[in-house]
Amino acid sequence: MGGRLFKNFSFFSATLSFFILIGIFSILFTYAQDSIHHFGFDFLGGEIWEADEDDEDIGIFGGFIPIVGTMLSTTIAMIIATPLAMGIAIFLTEIAHKTLIKPVSIAIELLAAIPSIIYGMWGLFYFAPIIQSTFGGQGVGLLTAGIVLAIMIIPFMAAITRDSMNTVPDVLKESAYAMGATKFEVIKDVVMPYSKGGIIGSIILALGRALGETMAVAFLIGSVMQIPSKITDPTTSIPVLLANNFSEAQGLEMSSMYYLALILFIVSFIIISVAKFYFLGKKVK
Amino acid sequence: MSKLIMETKDFSFTYAGVDTPSLKKINLPIKESKITALIGPSGCGKSTLLRAMNRIHDLYPNNKYEGEINLYSANGKENILNIKKENDFIKLRQRVGMIFQKPTPFPMSIFDNVAYGLKLAGVKDKTEIQERVENALKSSAIWNETKDRLHTSALGMSGGQQQRLCIARAVALKPEIMLFDEPTSALDPISTSAIEELISELKEEVSVVIVTHNMQQASRLSDYTAFMYLGDLIEYDKTDIMFMNPKEKLTEDYITGRFG
Amino acid sequence: MNRLLLNKIILMLSTLSAIIGISFLFWILATLTYKGVSSIHLSTFSQDLVNGGIRNLLVGQFTMAIIASLIAVPLGMFAGIWLREYSNGSKLASIIRNLSDVMMSAPSIVIGVFVYALFVAPFGGYNGFAGIIALAIMMIPIIISTTDNMLALVPKELREAGVALGGSKHKIILQIVIKSAKVGITTGVLLSFARIIGETAPLLFTSANSQFFTMDLTEQFPSLTVSIYNLATYPDEASRELAWSASFILTAIVLIINLTGRYMTRNKK
Repeated sequence: MGGRLFKNFSFFSATLSFFILIGIFSILFTYAQDSIHHFGFDFLGGEIWEADEDDEDIGIFGGFIPIVGTMLSTTIAMIIATPLAMGIAIFLTEIAHKTLIKPVSIAIELLAAIPSIIYGMWGLFYFAPIIQSTFGGQGVGLLTAGIVLAIMIIPFMAAITRDSMNTVPDVLKESAYAMGATKFEVIKDVVMPYSKGGIIGSIILALGRALGETMAVAFLIGSVMQIPSKITDPTTSIPVLLANNFSEAQGLEMSSMYYLALILFIVSFIIISVAKFYFLGKKVK
Repeated sequence: MSKLIMETKDFSFTYAGVDTPSLKKINLPIKESKITALIGPSGCGKSTLLRAMNRIHDLYPNNKYEGEINLYSANGKENILNIKKENDFIKLRQRVGMIFQKPTPFPMSIFDNVAYGLKLAGVKDKTEIQERVENALKSSAIWNETKDRLHTSALGMSGGQQQRLCIARAVALKPEIMLFDEPTSALDPISTSAIEELISELKEEVSVVIVTHNMQQASRLSDYTAFMYLGDLIEYDKTDIMFMNPKEKLTEDYITGRFG
Repeated sequence: MNRLLLNKIILMLSTLSAIIGISFLFWILATLTYKGVSSIHLSTFSQDLVNGGIRNLLVGQFTMAIIASLIAVPLGMFAGIWLREYSNGSKLASIIRNLSDVMMSAPSIVIGVFVYALFVAPFGGYNGFAGIIALAIMMIPIIISTTDNMLALVPKELREAGVALGGSKHKIILQIVIKSAKVGITTGVLLSFARIIGETAPLLFTSANSQFFTMDLTEQFPSLTVSIYNLATYPDEASRELAWSASFILTAIVLIINLTGRYMTRNKK
């Protein structure tokens, strides 16, 4: 009967995510085989990325620079974004007057809705020159990318943190106030510990997102295969390298790109899953 | 003696994942065209027993039944605990209707709400549907309030009206038994008395089982009352007799308000 | 005294954070409007990329997003229905739910590279279908999550009432439960549509881009977002201007869809 078909199709659709995930792992792993065979774990430390002009099956490729670039840009972004996101969440839950909450929340959500490439455009033509005149360098580089990346993940982190903080029962806060605590002390000693899981989860989740961010970083990080010696130096990251060079790559170089994609995917997967574990306790079934 | 329309025989029920049964060997008769009330303190199992009578527990897996629940009809006696096939479940629920504590209007028009059960049952003739909807709304004392807005959303009605709508919806199927699970506890006093009046009139066409934590309601409405406590059926009798002269001390204590 | 001062400082810093956040929003929107509006002409909409307009890019981006939605929304909804209505909270359901959430945050460029291997390389070149599939893969987990959460908000009594009338499970799900959650689900669909229409990375190596107006999905397909990426790097002024017009229009579209979606739930809640 229709009922059976309906139920089975629902189940099939549900398992689709699972199969897509398996599919991604399999494809990445398969296409990375060449490169994995050639370089093994040395790939992680290799600083040279040079294709051979004539033979697509030889060349030296190492993922150290894009890996480091990914880590550094993400770290800068997290350092800047975390306090700001926490501040915004605190503002929305504890400080803002009732009439302000809605508009500010909407503004933050709009920030989150702006496509990555728009951040890239604005960053490249308006923000980079400012960084250049303030800090030196060429405008595009690690610092600029890190700051714009921070702006991109702040709304996401703030929203989840805010939702977490809103789950604190009013009675709990009221009993703290009744003992003469200041607002900050109530936040520090009651709200934060109560919503700790959600807050940490939001931070880790934002980290996972930042790792995979491509377009804005591609505009702003400079796309140069070098290790930055100062914070304003241009460098590259895994998504940026893929975005810029994947289409021309062939043979061993392409395989090395899949190797990088595999590393990125595994690391993101682990980080996001860990964040979910933290969430798991609070998630509504 | 009035005829039996349903009875439970040594009926026990255990919820999924729990060790102790919530109902222990209940033997309860339900008389035809009469109102039977189930009363008792919170947790005594009265709702659990009611919900077994249309097997709505089966929406949730791994519950355990023991004993029998028999439905009597012209074809004889049928143990509804033996039902396994979806079609048979559907037929059961068309014969045994249920009204919940919270009014549950569907997100559709008033007309479509009442017609819903009919459409499920396969009634296709538009005139028949129209007629049955009108009759059901009349039987539920809500025709006058709705006849001019049959095709507006049911969600726009007040709580009392919504509950009467739910009753109309169930009545349209012409069930043999109607189960009411604390139907007025979420309503205001005026709606409550309107619905009590409605239930009283319904017993001409349907046999009624009503769970209530309001003893006055039970004594006002019902012909027979069953008092339950911690999963056991403590006492069952004609309502007048039970309230005037309860046989068990526990019953007397509950009725006089010493606990519960 | 010290406590009060500390309190004041923290609260001020928090308010400052909110101000900073909002300032960036206005800064970006102001920039876009200023640069975008000044470079928009009638030709922007009536010409294709080859002639300095974005007509084919708009049509192309929408086409891919819409077809991707036609694939992702039913699949995502059915999956959400299974999770909430059929799975009975089983272990498998938890796993699938979590995996789906993880996919929501997965790097979009990896998805592009994945789809390349399956739908571009074996077929001899970039094509619109691959772009559509990449977008659909990104959209499905979001729809699953939305449907799952919106269905959870429907009170269980509503389902029980349907069953009590003799309804079969799938009829009740379709005619009562989904209907009750209609507004929330629609908003979710709108928001995820707004998200994928602004995506670039999944399209880079799947549908790539095209300068011409075409509806041929077997070839490279025009994309607004990929074009912005390309145009921004060209040295000539005209390309830069076009990149800004395109950016402004893209952002306007995304924000309008977003606000529409939120407006819908604003009244219902």
